[in-house]
Amino acid sequence: MPKTVALFVTCMVDQIMPEVGVAATHLLRRLGYEVAFPEAQTCCGQPFYNSGFRKEAANLARRAIEILEPYEAVVLPGGSCAAMIRLEYAHLLADEPDWQRRAEKLAVKTFELSQFLAREGVELRGQAAGSPITYHDSCHMCRMLGLKEEPRQALTAVGYTIAEMAEPDRCCGFGGLFSIRMPEVSNAMTADKLRQAQETGATTIVTSDPGCLMQMRGLAEGVEVKHLAVALEEATRRQGEGVTR
Amino acid sequence: MIGRPVTVEKFRDAAFVAIEDARLQSSLEGATGRFRSAREAALAELPDSDALRDHFKQLREATLAQLARHLETFEANAVKAGAQVHWAGDAQEASRIVLDIARSRGVEIVTKSKSMATEEIRLNEALAEAGITPVETDLGEWIIQLAQEPPSHIIAPAIHKTKEQVADLFSRESGKSLPAADIPQLTAEARRMLREKFLAAGMGVSGGNVLVAETGSVVLVTNEGNGRMVTSAPPVHVAVVGIEKIVPDWRGAAVWLSLLARSATGQPMSIYTSVITGPARAGDPDGPEEVHIVLLDNGRSRLVGTEYEEVLQCIRCGACLNICPVYREAGGHAYGSPYSGPIGAVISPLLFGLENYPALPQASTLCGACLDVCPARIDLPRMLLALRAEEVERRLLPWHERLAEETAAATLARKRVMGLSGKALRVLQRPFAKGNHLHLPERINPGNGRKLPALAKKSFHQLWEDGEV
Repeated sequence: MPKTVALFVTCMVDQIMPEVGVAATHLLRRLGYEVAFPEAQTCCGQPFYNSGFRKEAANLARRAIEILEPYEAVVLPGGSCAAMIRLEYAHLLADEPDWQRRAEKLAVKTFELSQFLAREGVELRGQAAGSPITYHDSCHMCRMLGLKEEPRQALTAVGYTIAEMAEPDRCCGFGGLFSIRMPEVSNAMTADKLRQAQETGATTIVTSDPGCLMQMRGLAEGVEVKHLAVALEEATRRQGEGVTR
Repeated sequence: MIGRPVTVEKFRDAAFVAIEDARLQSSLEGATGRFRSAREAALAELPDSDALRDHFKQLREATLAQLARHLETFEANAVKAGAQVHWAGDAQEASRIVLDIARSRGVEIVTKSKSMATEEIRLNEALAEAGITPVETDLGEWIIQLAQEPPSHIIAPAIHKTKEQVADLFSRESGKSLPAADIPQLTAEARRMLREKFLAAGMGVSGGNVLVAETGSVVLVTNEGNGRMVTSAPPVHVAVVGIEKIVPDWRGAAVWLSLLARSATGQPMSIYTSVITGPARAGDPDGPEEVHIVLLDNGRSRLVGTEYEEVLQCIRCGACLNICPVYREAGGHAYGSPYSGPIGAVISPLLFGLENYPALPQASTLCGACLDVCPARIDLPRMLLALRAEEVERRLLPWHERLAEETAAATLARKRVMGLSGKALRVLQRPFAKGNHLHLPERINPGNGRKLPALAKKSFHQLWEDGEV
């Protein structure tokens, strides 16, 4: 019996970049997993949590817990939403002990995509073509979840060469509502990020977070911004690749 | 604290000025970059800087849990050493105490060493109003005093100034034409001008980096040596220090000092570390006749026992400013407070009122870099989140934002409503959607020059339902 994983695509992937969810699904299937898509899913609640709307966030958190807790493992193509479920739900629901317990149970079986692959010990193989890429560490993924090596290992395993930026973990300027509340500062941050990416000589920036992806795409010129799931899926597409377990 | 509230609009406007100023951007990036790499190198010299930071955090936590007791011990020992200790509940009281001391001694000129606490209570204004001339003697502080500007960085107050601007200010002050290219000449001229003030001053005012309870000592950390002139040349020395800067004993002070300069400037220790324990004793060749220590509360004790207590662990090293991607673009002045950057975004609303600083908790992407570098591991992102929640509770956000958030949350709480809204938005976006982006007229583009994404033709839900995944 193949292991079933529930895919939580995140609201941004669902509405704006569904191809990321498609890539994650294909990649996981290619690696031998059964992918379930709990169709009631919407949003993890993070946008509301981050802007101080805790009641609204808690409502969405309880909803996500109910939808996701029946599954053995939950995978997300995004570090920020994964951090929300893994770390913040328990804080958010601290006043409701029963929900907090359920949040904690869900937390330990929820993973960002590259974190899941590393944890499962999947030996990726692929044939990424072309010039070096550069990898942008999204803030919550690298600092809250501590995932710096995992995405890089996955990319390298499928054949990418990574040209590192001076500050790969410097924020891209998104920050959710911040990006439209203070667009001048946000855009200046993005411009700095893109400048650093350009200095590496890479023509592709790979990142694991839909938010960072959207932000950088909004200002990127002459450089492609690609989601980790898409980069991994493309490199493992050929028959027989990416399957060793 | 400043007059008008620092709203999001106000922060944006000030940040925009900074972002458009290429010279300012390059001095900011240069200086913060040097601080960052020096900090990393200095911490790497320690056998285990992470363990030391953990230890320091515990020390700060334990000390603040017994704050009143340690302050009383400090007072008793400082008095025993001959100093006079004053308790100031707020900024006005602190200024009044300093003014009373100055008046009782007929002081006309006050020399000052760098102090954030006196910036916080706006002591220079109070002195000037009373006809007493304050002279900042820290080079950075003096520069901004001459420019009549507030500090833009906790440890490098004139970080926003270029050498050309400094040359102009010094030329005006000295009446000579000083070239910007000759930095030794600029500093020599500053030294000459300040030396006159040191000799004329009737009182010296300093801050304090650490209060050591077991001996009643004030520790002062400086790099230029002016702090020693301020605290030893005039007959009266007044130190204004926040009550949270206390440590029980010298063992703890040693840990504090081993992290302070490393985190701030990347030095193992600053050039001068002065310990002031009471006035000059009989037979001492120099030193003040009177030492006064003003213990400043000004909103601090109110935080004890709240979810914000942790912020009192701050030692004002400025490491969080140097790493902060928002500070590095917006500069310090946008924060409208002597305390800028991530720590300023938290303590300014806490000390001076959230209603006066509604923009500051929002001036962050919650990237977490500040928490990473903090010597006391203060969880600033968590406190920014708590302040944002407080803004929602206290209805400090504009009504339309509240409405938008509540509507969005209600929509996302029902899959069917989300699906229907998605369909409606896909129709509405048609005139603007090209490729993956919306091409909105710039005057209505909330991204301000950044293209916002269009909704995909089909959502992932739709693709899945249609069997296309």
